[in-house]
Amino acid sequence: MEILIIALPLLASIISGFFGKLIGDRNSEIVTSLFVVISAILSAIVFYEVTFNGYQENIVIATWINSGSLDVNWSMKIDSLSAVMLVVVTSVSALVHIYSIGYMSHDPHKPRFMAYLSLFTFAMLMLVTSDNFLQLFFGWEGVGLCSYFLIGFWFKKDSANSAAMKAFLVNRVGDFGFALGIFLIFYLFGTVNYSEVFQLIPTIKEKEIIFLGLNINVIDLICLLLFVGAMGKSAQIFLHTWLPDAMEGPTPVSALIHAATMVTAGVFLVVRCSPIYEYSELALNVITIVGMSTAFFAASVALVQTDIKKIIAYSTCSQLGYMFFATGVGAYNVAMFHLFTHAFFKALLFLGSGSVIHAFKDEQNINNMGGVYKKLPYTYVLMIIGTLALTGFPFLSGFYSKDAIIEFAYLRGNTSGYYASGIGIVTAFFTSVYSWRLIFKTFHGKFNNKLIKIEETHESPLVMLIPLVILSIGAVFAGFFFKELFIGKEGINSFWNDSILFLEPLSTEHPPFWFLILTPVLVIISIPISYYLFVKNKDLPRRIVEINQPLYQFLLNKWYFDELYEKIFILPSKKLGLFLWKFFDIKLIDGFGPDGIAGLIKKFSLKANKFQSGFIYQYAFVMLLGFSALLTFLIIK
Amino acid sequence: MIEIGLGHYLTLGAIIFTIGIVGIFLNRKNIIVILMSIELILLAVNINLVSFSIYLNDLSGQVFTLFILTVAAAEAAIGLAIIVVYYRNSGTIRVEEIDKLKG
Repeated sequence: MEILIIALPLLASIISGFFGKLIGDRNSEIVTSLFVVISAILSAIVFYEVTFNGYQENIVIATWINSGSLDVNWSMKIDSLSAVMLVVVTSVSALVHIYSIGYMSHDPHKPRFMAYLSLFTFAMLMLVTSDNFLQLFFGWEGVGLCSYFLIGFWFKKDSANSAAMKAFLVNRVGDFGFALGIFLIFYLFGTVNYSEVFQLIPTIKEKEIIFLGLNINVIDLICLLLFVGAMGKSAQIFLHTWLPDAMEGPTPVSALIHAATMVTAGVFLVVRCSPIYEYSELALNVITIVGMSTAFFAASVALVQTDIKKIIAYSTCSQLGYMFFATGVGAYNVAMFHLFTHAFFKALLFLGSGSVIHAFKDEQNINNMGGVYKKLPYTYVLMIIGTLALTGFPFLSGFYSKDAIIEFAYLRGNTSGYYASGIGIVTAFFTSVYSWRLIFKTFHGKFNNKLIKIEETHESPLVMLIPLVILSIGAVFAGFFFKELFIGKEGINSFWNDSILFLEPLSTEHPPFWFLILTPVLVIISIPISYYLFVKNKDLPRRIVEINQPLYQFLLNKWYFDELYEKIFILPSKKLGLFLWKFFDIKLIDGFGPDGIAGLIKKFSLKANKFQSGFIYQYAFVMLLGFSALLTFLIIK
Repeated sequence: MIEIGLGHYLTLGAIIFTIGIVGIFLNRKNIIVILMSIELILLAVNINLVSFSIYLNDLSGQVFTLFILTVAAAEAAIGLAIIVVYYRNSGTIRVEEIDKLKG
């Protein structure tokens, strides 16, 4: 049964990908959706078994590599951590599959799209159920590949192609670190299996290694290298540039890959490797700093963006930052909790924005929307639910998970913890403001679109709304229901078992009362503030922008990261590439190699050609000369 | 009056041989001239053979000369026949225009 969870999406992808033309659009949609839905139901059963019956298993499907001391299996490791991921991945994927039937209804390449979605689901499941680093890496690259396919799905758009390439290349930077980390693990332990590696970790606590001329503790080095990989996949600051551009892909893709599942793989990796990270104070501090920087940075950028999907993309980036600083302060279970709830409300927001985009016939600029809440009542309500859950409105899912992160950061009690909780609160306020800005600009105010009339906007079909409704149920109740299980005192002992290692038990104290209500209060008062700013008094934001023009430009241009990278990396490498092409390739290699030799031969043969005059008397003369020369030679000798 | 010895005969042979060789590749006009030049070369060889035959008092040189004359006659006949056929096919036997071997 467990194997079916993985096998069904792969099978669906093969059927739809290779035989899509044969069985038709409708059938490939049905096959892929049905298979992934079955996989989701099976995952739910596994999750139930793990939660209530303490079921744990490591199923070996087949031997993959058996060479020397390297012994790697295709396997499924079922424990509470992978069970959570199984549920998140398969359920969001199933809903996105169904939603895509409606969203992609005008697209001519439906089977291909569905095949990619299913293939992605398969790769993601390989990633989360692996019991060794190599299969993890396989899944890691698999999801990266599918992400590339899906971002560039509309391959006739240049911007989509370059966004896909950007995502792939930026991820390569992270994967380089990740691969080095795995090499180092294999070098040190001679194995890549989680359980064996985690057992051996305490034995190398004091060991040091020379890396780039520096003496570094090996555990620190492993953690930092693995974290570089996680940063790439999870779009943390410095390696985040691909995520906003990835919004070039179809919206269901953004919901599935760039919000709910793939980008959380980095968080999953850190949590999975908690037995290593717990021994590295340095790496945890780095993670905290990177996480909180990302959370703050992305939220500040999201405040001024105008593309509806980019706002949500930066929001995703920011929430991933939250998850990372939760792991950084050692609250791995809280990070997983936020990952779990975030998957629901962020997928909901993305699919909801997809519904809006669909209604406006592919308009993504929120300045060109507005005033349609009566025309799109269901989408409006569902987006509101998603926004409330994201901002952490009391008693919705984001409230439990995000506030828990801030609390645990505070309770950590060290400097980075205090910083992180402070930044977490500010970011939560920002999150609330930009989320409500999105809602108000999209649904309230005047209708601003010049291309279509307000009468032409229409509510999405049922096949798109039902997944939204299911996700909104998750967004509302996931926090409340699973709070005890994920972050309660019971949960740490009975639910997570040994899938997460806490070297020192998490603090069970409660932060002061004023601290507890600070975030919810800020979140709630931000609603009237945003309403006033973006609906009632639209001049005020405009005046604020005019006064703070440099700051506004700084935020609008995403802190100039793209420009910076353009200057530092892209232009020099372009120049280097051009130099290598024009000089090294064409002049040196071709000049002396193929072209040079060919030219030389041509030159000689043109000369030799003159000998072949065809006149017999010349041949005779040459013969005579040769004969005389030979004779002379013989005589002299 | 100088006595004509072996040296003179050999000189004559060498001169005729050289005329034959030069005739082959300086000639631009007519293939028949080439045939004649070849004939000259053969005659030069014959002169050498006869001279040495008398000088060494060995008759076999003169026997060879007769063979060579016979072969030369046959060769001339075949050569002329080829030229006739060639003329019939290409309409010319001018050496300058025969360059079908050109690559």
